[in-house]
Amino acid sequence: WPRVPGLGHSGSGSTLLGYIGIDTIIEQMRKKTMKAGFDFNIMIVGHSGLGKSTLVNTLFKSQVSRWSSGWGGEHKIPKTVEIKAVSHVIEEGGVKMKLTVIDTPGFGDQINNENCWDPISKYINEQYEKFLKEEVNIARKKRIPDTRVHCCLYFISPTGHSLRQLDIEFMKHLSRVVNIIPVIAKSDTMTPDEKNEFKHRVRKELETHGIEYYPQNEFDDDMEDKNENDKIREAMPFAVVGSDKEFQVNGKRVLGRKTAWGVVEVENPNHCEFALLRDFLIRSHLQDLKEVTHNIHYETYRARRLNDNGGLHPISANNTQESNL
Amino acid sequence: RYLGRAFMFGFCLQQEKLLEGYVGFANLPNQVYRKSVKRGFEFTLMVVGESGLGKSTLINSLFLTDLYSPEYPGPSHRIKKTVQVEQSKVLVKEGGVQLLLTIVDTPGFGDAVDNSNCWQPVIDHIDSKFEDYLNSESRVNRRQMPDNRVHCCLYFIAPSGHGLKPLDIEFMKRLHEKVNIIPLIAKADTMTPEECQQFKKQIMREITEHKIQIYEFPETNDEEENKMVKKIKDRLPLAVVGSNTIIVVNEKRVRGRQYPWGVAEVENGEHCDFTILRNMLIRTHMQDLKDVTNNVHYENYRSRKLAAVTYNGVDNNKNKGPMTKSPLAQMEEERREHVTKMEKMEMEMEQVFEMKVKEKIQKLKDSELELQRRHEQMKKNLEAQHKELEEKRRQLEDEKHNWEAQQRVLEQQKLDASRYSTLSRRVKKIFTK
Repeated sequence: WPRVPGLGHSGSGSTLLGYIGIDTIIEQMRKKTMKAGFDFNIMIVGHSGLGKSTLVNTLFKSQVSRWSSGWGGEHKIPKTVEIKAVSHVIEEGGVKMKLTVIDTPGFGDQINNENCWDPISKYINEQYEKFLKEEVNIARKKRIPDTRVHCCLYFISPTGHSLRQLDIEFMKHLSRVVNIIPVIAKSDTMTPDEKNEFKHRVRKELETHGIEYYPQNEFDDDMEDKNENDKIREAMPFAVVGSDKEFQVNGKRVLGRKTAWGVVEVENPNHCEFALLRDFLIRSHLQDLKEVTHNIHYETYRARRLNDNGGLHPISANNTQESNL
Repeated sequence: RYLGRAFMFGFCLQQEKLLEGYVGFANLPNQVYRKSVKRGFEFTLMVVGESGLGKSTLINSLFLTDLYSPEYPGPSHRIKKTVQVEQSKVLVKEGGVQLLLTIVDTPGFGDAVDNSNCWQPVIDHIDSKFEDYLNSESRVNRRQMPDNRVHCCLYFIAPSGHGLKPLDIEFMKRLHEKVNIIPLIAKADTMTPEECQQFKKQIMREITEHKIQIYEFPETNDEEENKMVKKIKDRLPLAVVGSNTIIVVNEKRVRGRQYPWGVAEVENGEHCDFTILRNMLIRTHMQDLKDVTNNVHYENYRSRKLAAVTYNGVDNNKNKGPMTKSPLAQMEEERREHVTKMEKMEMEMEQVFEMKVKEKIQKLKDSELELQRRHEQMKKNLEAQHKELEEKRRQLEDEKHNWEAQQRVLEQQKLDASRYSTLSRRVKKIFTK
């Protein structure tokens, strides 16, 4: 190589003449994240009996839901919507995650379900408020504890016909405040044809009512993201089946449900879309969910709060202010 | 000997008497059968449940007709405003027997956000059918008595796996005394056999806890039937799956649902309880359902309605017990009570009348006195005025007299004055001569 003094090109991208070691920054970040661990808060909403707790257990392959003791015990339907948050620290490959599952028993179970989304909305805004107060504090902690809801899994009942009135109302009210991922619960109720028809109809209805579910169209950064997200949006809502029991099928042990006419395999893409949901939620978009929550939903809340009060005193006296949606 | 014979005769009335030849009344059931077949049967079935629980599919499967054709607007197309009650009739013929089947559907039930009182249209419908029957029964010409009463209500429970929803409990509590309720677990292919068992137990527990009376299968004298009935009772509530698509399984054509992991057969007893439901509903207990509706639910309605009409405000609970009197005696008693009530009313009215009359008389007297008083007063006023007037007249007269007197004096003076002047002139004349 002829030695040319100085650098080769100017402008975008300079060729380096030796190895500096900038690319190790990724490794440094990884090490830091591993040490610090990270938080993930997922909220599950849907009326009782849709297999929410089972699905969350299946997703995170451990007993992280409210009913950690399996099926037994009577599930009494509470008279009003309650918010129950359960936290666990799970570890995989040296990475620690503090997972908080926020359950909403009583949602949609009463005879009169008017405004049953109010407690949920209040809870989400309270978490934003907590974070805001910490952030605005003069002496604030190094790592603000993040209790904001990063993702809300909304469970749709597999009627096979269309969305219920309650579903539409809930999603309309909350899609602007939190990332909503609609899933079709207990999808082993439907044959493949019924499933496709139902998904198609649900998607159409969500579009008609202007409900932006995650991944939202408007937040796609570039073409690559858009393509990837488009593919996902076409496949949503995911029709899932949850199970924490294992059965023997063809010599393999699989997670599934054993019926008199066959075993429904949870991780078999021909049977249900659980694997798609898991990959989407955990393996590819976990960080994105957190970022969208922080950069967009939280910022919207913060801007509205600061504008409403003409500035927020660092130590706010009023603890229960809610932003008007 | 006669005493002995009489004693034996009395005894014999209870025992079965052996016939010495063929009389022929063994043919009676056949006659009944032939008449009923000619007449045809009627049956009204109501289906209640949220949309999407497979009610239409199940009805189609049960009666092997397309009562709800694919073009029938499904819930997604219907405007969800209030609960509607829709009737569809279909005439089914089989083996020379015809059945006029009426299916009452309740679209919109439990679909809104606020479902309070969504059971009211259902209750109103059932009551109106009872009322129609009551009216046609009380008519003079009873040739045509169509029986449109709801004989059976299939209530669909969503397969949540947990238990009954508040809506389910409310509905059943309000309707178990009006119609035969048969609770069904819909879309039972959602659950594994263990989950299904647990769910059924939970539901039955809640049903007994809330004292809901679902349709009870009657005990019979037959051993075989009892065994079957017990089997059914153990599997309550029935978990059903509906389908009209035919799938080939092991070279057999079965009705079922095709999943990637297998075929759920509708008519397989190990897969779901559909066959039990169908046999029970159509093949064995249809007549019993009609009888219970007629003898229990309808009679309850009737006694409540008639009691309300006659007692009219008095405590209606008097007649809610079992009907121990015959209807005729009941009517006689009602009539007597009606008559006494009438008499009482009459007496009351008379009293009221008298009182009113007294009042009126008193009033009249008072006004008379008042008038008299005023009359006196006016007279007095008049007299006073009269006196005043007299007084004034006298004064006037006096004045007149005075004035006249004065005038006379003046005249006299004038006269005097003139006489004096003439006199003085005469004197003057005399003196000047």
